[in-house]
Amino acid sequence: MKRNHDPAARRAGFLRLDMNILELTGVVFGGALLAGLIGSLTGLGGGLIITPLLTLVLGVDIHYAIGAALVSVIATSCGAASAYVREGFSNIRLGMFMEVATTTGALIGASLALRVSTTAIADLFGAVLLYSAAASLWPRAQSAAADSADPAASSLELDSSYPIPSGIASYHVHRVVGGASVMLGAGMLSGLLGIGSGAFKVIAFDKIMRVPFKVSTTTSNFMIGVTAAASVGLYLQRGYIDPGLGMPVVLGVLSGSFLGARILPGMKTSALRDVFAIVIAVLAIEMIFRGLKGTI
Amino acid sequence: MRHFETTLSDRRLEAIIGNLLRAGVVLAATTTSIGGVIYLAHSGESLAHYRLFHGEPADLRQVRGVLSDASSGGGLAIMQLGLLLLIATPVARVAFSLAAFAVQRDRLYVVVTLTVLAVLTFSMAGGHL
Repeated sequence: MKRNHDPAARRAGFLRLDMNILELTGVVFGGALLAGLIGSLTGLGGGLIITPLLTLVLGVDIHYAIGAALVSVIATSCGAASAYVREGFSNIRLGMFMEVATTTGALIGASLALRVSTTAIADLFGAVLLYSAAASLWPRAQSAAADSADPAASSLELDSSYPIPSGIASYHVHRVVGGASVMLGAGMLSGLLGIGSGAFKVIAFDKIMRVPFKVSTTTSNFMIGVTAAASVGLYLQRGYIDPGLGMPVVLGVLSGSFLGARILPGMKTSALRDVFAIVIAVLAIEMIFRGLKGTI
Repeated sequence: MRHFETTLSDRRLEAIIGNLLRAGVVLAATTTSIGGVIYLAHSGESLAHYRLFHGEPADLRQVRGVLSDASSGGGLAIMQLGLLLLIATPVARVAFSLAAFAVQRDRLYVVVTLTVLAVLTFSMAGGHL
């Protein structure tokens, strides 16, 4: 039967209705709005939801889904970073130095994405989703503050200070090389899967380099846009950045995170975070399952 | 640029970068929305073709093609221009940081930033490993 050889026919999403462009744009915008809203409330990036939404629900080819997700990741990063950078939490030199590692990784990741099979990408995506869900469910252990500076960090001018309620606190950066290696890996995942890989960047800053948590998250957010830009060029050249998908994804994620930032102060998000992590875990298992069956 | 002073502080640098990022996102979102309205008004009723992708047409894969199509009012190209503006925003941030580090005479970070900019340019030019 000829139909079975058509990858598009095998790649049916949950929604089997034939939609017109207006309806599809509406559905994608709604999903992206939700992704941006939940992403800004829970800290799990919108890119983690966009790709499962487009591939599993709407049956879109995973390369196009990744292209759209990458652009939305840039939107979220720039939007959030513009607020944090002004508050003085992010460390611009540390971010720039680590961007050498993440952009190189992103270029490697995007080059790989064009070579490996879509099923392998789906499986890896599922695994990363599962990890992100688990990492957000488990309580974060506070890293002990030892105060011996890495000599490399001081010669690289990475040590800095940040505002705390009682004034300004200075901090040292530890294990620069170890942190940079994890950053290279985070960049690869970003280019390969179209995610911000903020969870992995925070590991490098928080656990390995022992940067204060607030500085870790904001500097990581600041870097995500540049990392994504390093791989998006390749997706664009290969024709994987589709304006018809990118438009509702970007506008939806931006509106969602804008709304989230308005609601965020004073909202109790831990329950939402748990529910959301479970949703992500289910999506992850579905993604891995489809990847193994070869129907993605 | 007027903002540059020989004593450009890190704090001032951060404020300028914050504004730059915000302006980029607003400009990109506005352009994408305008293109979206034109696109939906023209082809909103057509059947969505997203299950069968054949890659974007050559014009939508490169800056020059997008610019020329967008100037003739094509909805798809204007949306794509908006996405390109968004992609350009973090690149502009890196370029701005380069200028700022140069003004601060921070040679080490001029080199670091140049390296990041080189990787970005290589990727935008379609280079891959």
